[in-house]
Amino acid sequence: MIRPINTKTHSHGYSLPVLFPIGSVLAVLVIFLRVQCIQFGVEMPMLHDITLERLQNSTRIRTALFSAFLALLLLDLLRRLLGGTLAPALLTGYVWNGIVFGLVIGLAGVGLSLTYDLLGFANFAHGDYISVSAFIGWGSTYLVAGLGEFNLLNLFFLGVGDTVFPRDVGISVTNTPGAVLIGLVVAAVGGAAVALLIDRLVYESIRETGAITLLIASIGVAFTLRFLIVFLFTQNSFGLTVEAWTYRLSLPGGTVNISAPEIMLVTVAVASMASVHLLLTRTKLGKAMRAMSTNRDLARITGIPSDRVITATWLLGGSLAGLAGFMIALFQGTINYQLGWTLLLLVFAGVIMGGIGSVYGAIVGGALIGLVTRVSQIWIPASFAEAVGFAVMIVILLTRPSGIFGSDAL
Amino acid sequence: MSRQSKAEDNAHGASEQTDTVLSVEQLQKSFQGVTALDGVSFEVETETITGLIGPNGAGKSTTFNVISGAIEPDAGQVNFNDEDVTGLSPVQTSSRGLVRTFQIAREFKNMTVLENMMLPPKNQRGEAAWRSVLPGMRDNVQADEEELFERAWEMLEFFDIDHLALEDAGTLSGGQRKLLELARALMIDPDVLLLDEPFAGVNPSLERELLNRLEDLRDRGRTFLLVEHDMDLIMQHCERIIVMHQGQTLVTGSPEEVRSEEQVIEAYLGGEVT
Amino acid sequence: MSNATDPIGRRLPDSIASYWEQDLIKIFSTLAAVYALYLFVGVLLGYDLFGQLNSLRRLTFLIVVYGIAALVVNLHWGYSGLFNIGVVGFMAIGVYTATILSRPVAGQNPTGSLPGFGVPLPLAVVAGVLTAAAAGYVAALPSLRLRNDYFAIVTLAFAEILRITFKSSELQEVRLFGWTFGTGGGRGIRTFSNPVQTFFETSGQPIVATIEDIGLNGKIVPDWSFVLVLLTILIGTFWLISRLSASPFGRVLKGIRDDEEATQSLAKNTSSFKIRAFVIGCAILGLLGIVWQGASSGYVTPDRFVPELTFFIWIAVIIGGAGSNTGTIVGTILFVGLILEGPGQVRRVVEEFVGLSGSVPTFPDALSALVSGNIDPVMLYFFDQTSALRIIMTGLVLIWLLKRRPQGLFGDRQEVASSIDLEDRVNKRRERGSGAQTSGGDRN
Repeated sequence: MIRPINTKTHSHGYSLPVLFPIGSVLAVLVIFLRVQCIQFGVEMPMLHDITLERLQNSTRIRTALFSAFLALLLLDLLRRLLGGTLAPALLTGYVWNGIVFGLVIGLAGVGLSLTYDLLGFANFAHGDYISVSAFIGWGSTYLVAGLGEFNLLNLFFLGVGDTVFPRDVGISVTNTPGAVLIGLVVAAVGGAAVALLIDRLVYESIRETGAITLLIASIGVAFTLRFLIVFLFTQNSFGLTVEAWTYRLSLPGGTVNISAPEIMLVTVAVASMASVHLLLTRTKLGKAMRAMSTNRDLARITGIPSDRVITATWLLGGSLAGLAGFMIALFQGTINYQLGWTLLLLVFAGVIMGGIGSVYGAIVGGALIGLVTRVSQIWIPASFAEAVGFAVMIVILLTRPSGIFGSDAL
Repeated sequence: MSRQSKAEDNAHGASEQTDTVLSVEQLQKSFQGVTALDGVSFEVETETITGLIGPNGAGKSTTFNVISGAIEPDAGQVNFNDEDVTGLSPVQTSSRGLVRTFQIAREFKNMTVLENMMLPPKNQRGEAAWRSVLPGMRDNVQADEEELFERAWEMLEFFDIDHLALEDAGTLSGGQRKLLELARALMIDPDVLLLDEPFAGVNPSLERELLNRLEDLRDRGRTFLLVEHDMDLIMQHCERIIVMHQGQTLVTGSPEEVRSEEQVIEAYLGGEVT
Repeated sequence: MSNATDPIGRRLPDSIASYWEQDLIKIFSTLAAVYALYLFVGVLLGYDLFGQLNSLRRLTFLIVVYGIAALVVNLHWGYSGLFNIGVVGFMAIGVYTATILSRPVAGQNPTGSLPGFGVPLPLAVVAGVLTAAAAGYVAALPSLRLRNDYFAIVTLAFAEILRITFKSSELQEVRLFGWTFGTGGGRGIRTFSNPVQTFFETSGQPIVATIEDIGLNGKIVPDWSFVLVLLTILIGTFWLISRLSASPFGRVLKGIRDDEEATQSLAKNTSSFKIRAFVIGCAILGLLGIVWQGASSGYVTPDRFVPELTFFIWIAVIIGGAGSNTGTIVGTILFVGLILEGPGQVRRVVEEFVGLSGSVPTFPDALSALVSGNIDPVMLYFFDQTSALRIIMTGLVLIWLLKRRPQGLFGDRQEVASSIDLEDRVNKRRERGSGAQTSGGDRN
């Protein structure tokens, strides 16, 4: 006989020691946030067998357990800090790294969340939009940086076949800022173009067939794009940059490297999110998008041109994916065909944690996931870092599928 | 298959006619600030056909959802067979014999009509995976299936849709789907059946036949709570009528009692569809 | 033409169409067609008898293993509506468990290889299957209430967590309570010897010798025998799943996929059904992992269990039509024969007849060569990329199918879920005619 969901037993399986100071602060916020009506599916608006009351009761228990667990972690963290086993430099490095990584995930997540909410399906190809635009962007950077010195095609193909090496071209944010910026812009434009193109070619004709068909189609698109990259670039990884200017922050226990790419990343991410925010709140298009998010049929009736909104959504989501892809490659210094795919599950994790359809949720969720994967390395070996992120996502899905910021709200 | 026990109680002169098999007390339910149910209370007596009427938006479907357990009320209680079933899931309520049909028929589109009919009955041995597979046990399952088939076929014949037995349920017309919905619910052998506009789209002569059939089943021990907009039908066939309006119970009583209040109702409703 | 619902059946003349109705005919004729194609290619490539037998063997092997996996996906998705894209994870659990258990205990094995618990192979296999089933239980139990896309994400995350765990260097070699064992980390681990091979090296040796006397390479005996063993497993799986599907159990599963809430309001505990279907499927996947990766290749690494594999399995189901067991097998045959192995075969034929000179260029170079009129480098490049090409083909086929015919080849046909032949019973009833009308009394 199936027992009802009992988080006490299941938290054994999924709760690896995972969360951290910032998380506990946010968890306290979660407790005080309004519990939204639980949505268990776009297809079933009214009938569901978990009720508000029940969930409120068990949510209290669960969040109590959660916060107790977080408190324990926090205590352990302090213990290690004060006792000397954890160098402040290391912790700061984790936190900084986590925020940077998390912002990129958040950026990718905003695009995913928008399409998820407005078009009603999980776009599994989003990761490969990220990869494709990253390749296009970096190809352009190489092209611009190495112009005149190397074969054009070889440059655009990132020196595949060992024809051009990073050292030869010497790209970095500080060495060749122009080339990098151009690449960034091209990546954003490329991402938008790819997203729109795929929509017109694939999704448009099956728009009304249901979320699952679209999901399966997006998986097809994902693999097609990914292995198109393999076809063109092989499965190799490509080095991209040389060392850029880095500020070395001295802290007890070591140094924390704050590099120019990371600073650029944070700047671009914050600027993009601010722009998206402005777009959604101040422009007519943004208001139309928010209206469609809440109720597509109503929006259609009141004359909001849903086709234009859909196009705008893809362009926006795609360009954000492009930015994210370009910058992840910049951050890592290398690129390969799996760039976006390996990110995708983490991006989903961030989006789900933050709540589908919530732009701010995607950002917060992404930042949280980034932090989780880094700071968890205090307790868990590095090779499990991603697994921890996934585990957190699973826990969230099981306990609070609507995420921190709920749904229906952009 | 008929519930002889209650009929026997009848014969023994117990006060079974006033036994309440289903009651709701002070049901409250709001959705994101909109009040759907605001203190709904009524009783349904065993072995009756009770009508539940009211204008659209009165909260009839929501009430059904609360009773069957699809939604949990914010406050109030649902009692079935002297048991508090508030907040039990639909699986649990239907297992106890409290079954509902849906206003928009939810037949299983990708299955044949016959499969639709053979799914509901309870305690099918074949629902244990291993019994369906192992050679020895499978014979028992097949014997059960033969019996089930006979029952299902007879039911289909009665509802006059046996010619559709092997059709995919998704190809049925609107009226046929409602018939299938009703027939399927009856296959589960419920004590109380909540019928949500079961005759919409069904032709009038078949409708009368079906109601006679329902009365027949009632005499054999079943209870029906019926939501309908056809006032003639309600007045003719229901022993009791419950009137709802804006999430509250307005009037309950026999058709005569309700009719005399009808002026009030018509004032509210401004001429109901008959 | 006939009134069949699938595109092939519709085009057949009536005389043949009645044969096509039968499931086994569908499967065997498709198989025969693909076999014929491969034999023809073999002739083109100048294969001798051994070469042809070997080529068919390889084809059959892939059809069988993909077929078993596809049947499970059909049970999960086509029947129960469970969107499982973590398929490879359960295969991995099965084979890793069996391997870790069966490897010789530390001190008893040849130096340099990873020790284990020394459990006899049959027990280890059973344990592997049960562990995979348990993993299915753990994965599904909390996830049942999730809607389809979240469930998919959870299964994917689950499979990835498993892959990361198996790949981690920390678990490469572990010493616990006096036992030494491990996963082999990223390098992988040697599994176990193929029992069929072992048999033919020992007591079965005379059979091999007899074949060699005819002038055939003796390897064909153990190789084909292994494939036939796998084929038996496929047939067994097909039998099992067919019986499950055509039963009250399968009926409820179909109801769940169609409309879970309506099924619940008919007093069916849908969670219980979903769990059982999921666990049964995962057990089969565990067994598949053991025989596919474990026995057949003798070595397993975490990178074998990649998402592309799940993708291939799913396309086989979608081509055939989710919900139809026969369709799944036909879809697998077509997928393996035409898409999976197709590009490689085309390459071999072209290479045989068109001499290509030079080494494989990079794509930019191939492009430049094309522009200047030399197609050899381009062809060389294409043929070097068959593995990427077949995935691209798969993706395009999937997208095309979803746009034009989402129900696949046989998705429209009914596989009626009952343990008895309902069509037959209905016909008999109708033949009896209105004389069957009883005296209008107690119907229920």
